[in-house]
Amino acid sequence: MKIELSQVSRWYGNVVAVNDVTMTIGPGVTGLLGPNGAGKSTLLHMMAGFLSPSGGTVTLDGAAVWKNHHVYRDIGLVPEREGVYGFLTGWQFVLSAARLHGLPNPEEAARKALATVEMEEPKDRRVETYSKGMRQRVKVAAALVHDPGVLLLDEPFNGMDPRQRLHLMDLIRSMGTAGKTILFSSHILEEVERVAQHIEVLVSGRHAASGNFRDIRRLMTDRPHLFRIRSSDDRKLAAALIRDDSAGGVTLSLDGLEVQATEFRRFARLLPRVARDQGVRLHEVSPADEDLESVFSYLINRSS
Amino acid sequence: MNTVVAGITYRALLGRRRVVLLLLLPLALIALALMFSFFGGGDQRTAVLLMQNFAIGTLLPLLGLIAGTGVIAPEIDDGTIIHLMSKPISRPLVAWTKFAVAASLVAVFAAVPTYLAAWILVGNEDGIAAGFALGTLVAGIAYAAVFLLLGVVTRHAVTIGIIYALVWESLVGSLVPGAKRFSIQQWGQTVADQVVTSPFFEAEVTLAFAVPALVVVTVAAVFWAGRRLRVFSLTGDE
Repeated sequence: MKIELSQVSRWYGNVVAVNDVTMTIGPGVTGLLGPNGAGKSTLLHMMAGFLSPSGGTVTLDGAAVWKNHHVYRDIGLVPEREGVYGFLTGWQFVLSAARLHGLPNPEEAARKALATVEMEEPKDRRVETYSKGMRQRVKVAAALVHDPGVLLLDEPFNGMDPRQRLHLMDLIRSMGTAGKTILFSSHILEEVERVAQHIEVLVSGRHAASGNFRDIRRLMTDRPHLFRIRSSDDRKLAAALIRDDSAGGVTLSLDGLEVQATEFRRFARLLPRVARDQGVRLHEVSPADEDLESVFSYLINRSS
Repeated sequence: MNTVVAGITYRALLGRRRVVLLLLLPLALIALALMFSFFGGGDQRTAVLLMQNFAIGTLLPLLGLIAGTGVIAPEIDDGTIIHLMSKPISRPLVAWTKFAVAASLVAVFAAVPTYLAAWILVGNEDGIAAGFALGTLVAGIAYAAVFLLLGVVTRHAVTIGIIYALVWESLVGSLVPGAKRFSIQQWGQTVADQVVTSPFFEAEVTLAFAVPALVVVTVAAVFWAGRRLRVFSLTGDE
C-alpha cells in the first residue's frame, strides 16, 4: 500500500506547521526524522486522517484519507499520546479494537496481536497498572489487531526501556520485511538508522531530505563543519590553514581558532599535517556544531 | 448503536468515581422527599414545588451535563477517543451511540428518582409522579444531546454547561417570559403537564411548541455532534 502526499501544507493561523511537502511512503519501513517541533506529528496526523491539510492532498492507494473512516481497515495508528483506557485490561483493550474492526474472530486476533508484542502475561491487568513501555506495546497490539497494510507510529520508542525498544525495533523491521507500509516518526537519528530502510527528513515543516540512511549520513558529514581549535600558536596555524581550499573561513579569538571546513574529509587530513609542518602543537580540536539541530539547520538552508 | 463503543462508555462512567457524581443529586432528591414526607409536608403543593424547582430545575440540567459531557469530553481530553475513531466506524454512529448512553443514564439517574421522590410525597395522586418522570425523561434526553454536542465542540464544556444550566435555564428561563419558550426544562414541564392533573401545576409553553422543539433540538444536537466528530482533528503539541 502507498501513502501519497502531494504539496501538503498545514497552517494554524499565521503559523506554518507543514510547508509544501510531497512524498510517497511505500512498502517497507520509513523513518520520519526531524527535530522537535518540525511538524512530524502534524504530518503524521494528516496521513492518519486526524487532520485536514490546509493545502494539497493525502491519499492512501488513491483514496482521500480525510473524512474517510473506511481507510482504517488498512491503517493501524499508534498515537504518541497515551490514549489507552486505564480501566480496561490489556486484553479488553485489544479485544475492543478487534471488535470495533468487526473482525470475524476477535478473540483469536486479539490473542495473536498480544503475542506479537509479548504482552500475553500481563494482559489481564488493568492498563493503568502498566509501565509506559507496556502501554506502548498494548497500543501497538491494538493497532495491529486487524493486520493492517499500513502502520503509522508517532514517536513509538519514547519512554521505552532499551530491551523493549530493541524488541519493538525488531518487530517493526520484520513487518517492513513482510511488505507492510510502515512509517514512524522520531527525532533521534540513530533510532531511525537502525530501523528504517528509507528516511524522510522534516525540518521546520519542510521536506529537507530523503533517501536511505547512507544518503542521509553522507549529507550530514559532507556539510560544512565548524571546528574549534586551541593550539600552541593559533595565529601561525590560522595563516597556514587559510591557504588551503578546504578551510572556508578562519576566525581568531582569545579562546582559540574557529575554522569553517567546507570539505570535511580533506580538512580532517589537512589539519594534522599543517600543524606538524608548522611545528604547532594542537591542544584541542572539537566540532562546534555536531548536534542534530545544526545538522538539520544545514539541511534546511541547503534545501531552500 | 455500536455495542463496543457503548460498553466502553458505560464502564468509563459507571465503573469509577464518576458514578458518585451521578448518584449524588438523585439521592439528595429522594432524601428531600423523605424529609418533607416525614415532617408532614407530603402534600401536592410541596411535591409540585420540589419537582419543578429541584427535580426539573436543578437535578435534571446538572445530570444532563454530567452524563452528556461525561460520555465524550474526558475521552477527547485524554486522547482515548482516538481508539474509537481510528476504526472503520462512521463518526456519526459514534455520536449516536454516545448519545444513547447519555440518554439512558439520564433516564436511570433522573427520571426514575424523580418518580420515586414524587411517589414518596403523594403516591400516585393526580399523575404527579408519572407526569414529572415523563417530563424529566424527555427533557433529560434533550439535555443529554445538547451537552454531548457541547462536549464535542469545546474543551470548556462543563463550565459553559453550568453557566447555561444556571443562568439561562434556571434564571432567565424561569423569570423572563419570552425566554421560557426556549428553555428545555419548560418543554419538559409541558410534557409533564399532559399527565399531571394537579391544580397546583400548570405549564407555560404549549405542547404544539414544546414537542417539536424537543425533537428538533435533540436530533439537531446529535447530528451536529456527529458532523463535528467527522472533522475531529488532532492538533498535537507542536
